[in-house]
Amino acid sequence: MSQPGIQRQTMDVDIVCVGFGPATAGFLTTLSRSLVNPDGTPALESLASPGLPLQVMCYERADDIAFGVSGVVTRARGIRASLPHLDPAKIPMAAPVSQEKVVYLLDPAGASRRSPMLRLADRIVRAFGLHRHHGVELPYTPAFLHKHGGLVMSLGQFMQFVGSELMASGAVQIWPGMPVERAIVEDERVCGVCLSDQGVDREGNPEAGFMPGMDVRAALTVVGDGPVGAVGRQLDGQFGLPEGHHQREWAVGMKMVVDLPSSTNLEPGAVFHTFGYPEPEIFGFLYVHPERVATVGIFVPSWFHSPMRTSYRYLQHFMLHPYLWRYLQGAKLRSWGAKSLQESGRRGEPFLVGDGYARIGECSGSTNVLTGSGVDEAWTTGSQLAAAVLELLQQGRPLTKENLEQTYVARRRASWVEREGRVAEKARDGFHRGVIPGLIGMALAGFTNGRRSIGGEPRLLPDLKEYYRRKIQPAELDHILEACRSKGVSCHNALMERCGWPAIPYDGQLLVSHQDALLIGGKVQAPPGFADHVRFLYPDFCERCAAKMCIEMCSGQAITPGPGGIPVFDREKCVHCGACLWNCGTSLDDDPQHGNISFTAGAGGLHSTEN
Amino acid sequence: MSTPLQIAVCGSIVPDPLQTLEPVTGPGGPSLKNEMMLPAVLDPWAAHALFEAAHLAQTAPGSQVWLVSLGPKAKLQQVMMTVAQKVPFELVALDGPASGFTDSFETAAALAAAIAAIPGLDRARLLVFGGWESASRGAGSTLQMVGERLGITEQFQGVDQLALTGDGSFEILERIEGGRHQVSVCAAPPAVLGWATGRLPEPRNNPQIGMANMRAIMPALQRAKATPMANTGLSFASVSLPRQQRETRIVKDMPAEEIAREIVAWIAEE
Repeated sequence: MSQPGIQRQTMDVDIVCVGFGPATAGFLTTLSRSLVNPDGTPALESLASPGLPLQVMCYERADDIAFGVSGVVTRARGIRASLPHLDPAKIPMAAPVSQEKVVYLLDPAGASRRSPMLRLADRIVRAFGLHRHHGVELPYTPAFLHKHGGLVMSLGQFMQFVGSELMASGAVQIWPGMPVERAIVEDERVCGVCLSDQGVDREGNPEAGFMPGMDVRAALTVVGDGPVGAVGRQLDGQFGLPEGHHQREWAVGMKMVVDLPSSTNLEPGAVFHTFGYPEPEIFGFLYVHPERVATVGIFVPSWFHSPMRTSYRYLQHFMLHPYLWRYLQGAKLRSWGAKSLQESGRRGEPFLVGDGYARIGECSGSTNVLTGSGVDEAWTTGSQLAAAVLELLQQGRPLTKENLEQTYVARRRASWVEREGRVAEKARDGFHRGVIPGLIGMALAGFTNGRRSIGGEPRLLPDLKEYYRRKIQPAELDHILEACRSKGVSCHNALMERCGWPAIPYDGQLLVSHQDALLIGGKVQAPPGFADHVRFLYPDFCERCAAKMCIEMCSGQAITPGPGGIPVFDREKCVHCGACLWNCGTSLDDDPQHGNISFTAGAGGLHSTEN
Repeated sequence: MSTPLQIAVCGSIVPDPLQTLEPVTGPGGPSLKNEMMLPAVLDPWAAHALFEAAHLAQTAPGSQVWLVSLGPKAKLQQVMMTVAQKVPFELVALDGPASGFTDSFETAAALAAAIAAIPGLDRARLLVFGGWESASRGAGSTLQMVGERLGITEQFQGVDQLALTGDGSFEILERIEGGRHQVSVCAAPPAVLGWATGRLPEPRNNPQIGMANMRAIMPALQRAKATPMANTGLSFASVSLPRQQRETRIVKDMPAEEIAREIVAWIAEE
């Protein structure tokens, strides 16, 4: 909120981009090559600043262009189409994919929530000795999961590589540390963006050094702010979603980048995909980079029907699984990070364009949940938009909804992103019925090109007492919850241990406390002068909420139990993953699609370039 | 009215705070492992100097501020996208190493030459700023040698405040023992000032300042001269990090006195 009497500054540019992720990187890479003639004269003149080249600005909320997170193994088709001479050796941590394995992990701890059918399958596997180190390597990897010819990368290092090239071109400007508060919408037309206020207190009230966020007006606003971006969600709220589309499937991806022990025999480019452990619903991965570095992580999906679901603790148990621990024992933490994934994919696609705006990347439903791929798809959508914008500008046509549909949307519909997105559309519906129907549904969709799948609808999460009915008596459950919350800590650790999960044998190197993962791995920081970007809209709803899943799923322990049952948010620990947004179990009476948490744009977060 | 000043701020990049640093020794001597992969920031000591310079320039209309920076060009470019949003300045970039293992003598020579080559430089109006320390180059000698090479004899270190007076002189507060300041009056530029923390908060990110700065910063980066450091005559007997002792606790709303008492008690245990 701006202080009355202090006017917002206004700046006119031609194109303003929200967020610098792979989609915007693809957009700017393609666009920037056609903005300046070989002799240095503008190829496209700015309408906002006549006489100058096209003025293209990109605002990124994180403090650096390389602080993004992804566990990237990618076929890199779109990336290579844009960068045909890409040499992985020039990008730190990049390696060609050398081998791929899909591994089913048995439960060595005996604490995993497995269905009777899965337990039976496990018994058969053990009885016939079909496993090694409690893991079953599938005899082959289905074609739709293949990443042959692709790359293992660090998203941070890739973004640093691309961003440096872009900035050196001088054709576009990328400004980190600058959150975009909202889009400026006038008469159903997006006219630019409003940057966040600075010099404000936690509630956003002006204080010393107050500087209202600038209005950046542009003919085209490119929205690529990811799955939980403030501008993307604002536009979803304002314009709605196309009929039949919804965004109700999510996951948190959490990862560590580690130095493998010197004795490792893992080759760069090795890729392991896992399922079955620590819970059957949790997928895992291990990718090997050059120089004995690996990325190891898990995805905790929204269809994991636990009202105590969490990620960091499960990541530790995942790493400790004997199949992986034989590689990870003696490894050392280098980096840590987490992000939300919009797993509705093509079915969560919003209106891709409107007057004055276009959507690209994950916030535009480009993630493919069947192939487990998002970076290349995001990049490709950005590149497609750039080609469309160049076509329109070169023809002198305005950036209207109609023109963007004829150019950008048409390109996208005719591309592999759309074709494969359609195949994946219903691939994971079966997981709402259970893990085995989910896996069968994925296989069906993959092998029939999406013509067959197993249906399913999201269910309400069980209440805590129901969930723990067989393991913890209600009175004891209440006691554990009260004891944890009175100490201001989340409850999942105590409950998991009560349910048989072994304690984590901290080694101070790889197995470290959650807070040390933030400090040593994520290097999490937050600059002063910005408002809290997480707020609890109606505190009385939080008081009545029994599960308080926002606390349990918070990737950075930034949300903790507070007085009167109302959670407390600490901006200095937040990694902006957005898990709180989709893990709030309280629906608003007047807007049941939304929970009780407001998640806006904010500065700070991870300061690692290796994720 | 104050005479317009010319302020050259010496400062380069250092690894972003909280990064894990690991010294390694290669054929070229010691360096930091994966240094080019680490995120970087403007050296906090130099940043204070830059913010003070910009503030001073505002009080003396017509003044100019240059940031004279020796570092790897690609990293400098990345850091400039943040620094450029803070205050108005022009960049003088030298493309060379910015690790903590370069010879301060050679670094000072390169910086002094770059300052001397600034077009239109007027020594009668010149103030050379920098950090009195560095987050990566802790020799504390570079800035003094820059001054000596430029023939500037008025030098002040650990500066926390500079106030212009109406007659062209300026009053300087330097840190001395016992948490006190020494007050000096310098009759006129040129002078060298090694800043401590100063008294200004970090400015907000201002997109308009960023855009204005970038018009000159990008060409300056493109012009950046390759400046290799030979480290002639310099040898390192050993390189190690301070011993780490992690006892992490997050506390909120704890009085500063109580925190100080705890720290003193903890140190006393050693």
